[in-house]
Amino acid sequence: MEICRQNEALEIRELDPFLAELLRQIPESAQPKDSPAAQERLFSPPTMPEEKVLCAEWKLYVVPELRRLFQSATETVRQDLQQLHCTNKPFANCTLRIPMAHADAWLNALNQARLAIAATYQFSDHELCDYRSPLGSRRDLSLFQVNFYGFLQELILREMEEGKR
Amino acid sequence: MLTFFMNRARGNRAARCIVLTMVTRGALEMPTIEKQEATSEEVEMPWNVIVHNDPINLMSYVTMVFQRVFGYPRERAEKHMLEVHHNGRSILWSGVRERAELYVQQLHGYLLLATIEKVG
Repeated sequence: MEICRQNEALEIRELDPFLAELLRQIPESAQPKDSPAAQERLFSPPTMPEEKVLCAEWKLYVVPELRRLFQSATETVRQDLQQLHCTNKPFANCTLRIPMAHADAWLNALNQARLAIAATYQFSDHELCDYRSPLGSRRDLSLFQVNFYGFLQELILREMEEGKR
Repeated sequence: MLTFFMNRARGNRAARCIVLTMVTRGALEMPTIEKQEATSEEVEMPWNVIVHNDPINLMSYVTMVFQRVFGYPRERAEKHMLEVHHNGRSILWSGVRERAELYVQQLHGYLLLATIEKVG
């Protein structure tokens, strides 16, 4: 895998099929409908549960706005990921071009995905710091996914910082 | 010296307050009244915006969010980020409730664990 800045985009070249597949899973991972733990984390309460009125108003007015914001970010990422579907050879390495104008959407969608996965699998601090976990189960794969998405977030953040200079 | 705070529109948070300051210069002199305006925000400061630690959000990402949402310089944003990291939480801002709620909404938009709490 090769990563470089090309004009106003971040290009990830020589992306192998396994990592490409993990990237394709960002939108679904970001919005898991069947994980209450993930939903709870993505839409966390704004204050203590005793503040019932504020919590109720938050659910009514703020959560739908947040949901729209998150969906919009995920949709942008989904469209960028279309590039990974147009390869002629099924197992060939491919290139993903992330326009820097979409950087915020990518940061948001990657964060949604990481938080949702981590909430679903309840990873411990120890697990999150262990990068040597073998990929033996769905849980291991999900941990790898969280770390790989975090790596991508770091790259995007670094490019955004470079762009400011 | 006597100071009177008169809130002209009690219950309206956006209303401005009139601050009347009565200055007594001497026993036989008439007091002069100095009038100055203060926003209700300056008078009412009861809510904290708190960000809580979570092991997933990246430190660099959290710093960037603090810079964006609160307009803090990098050093201050990093100081708060490290406070969250080491102490589990940091008070990012204090002030009126509406603005605190707005900040928390923005922080939730960036997926940080943020809450508002009454001061004291």
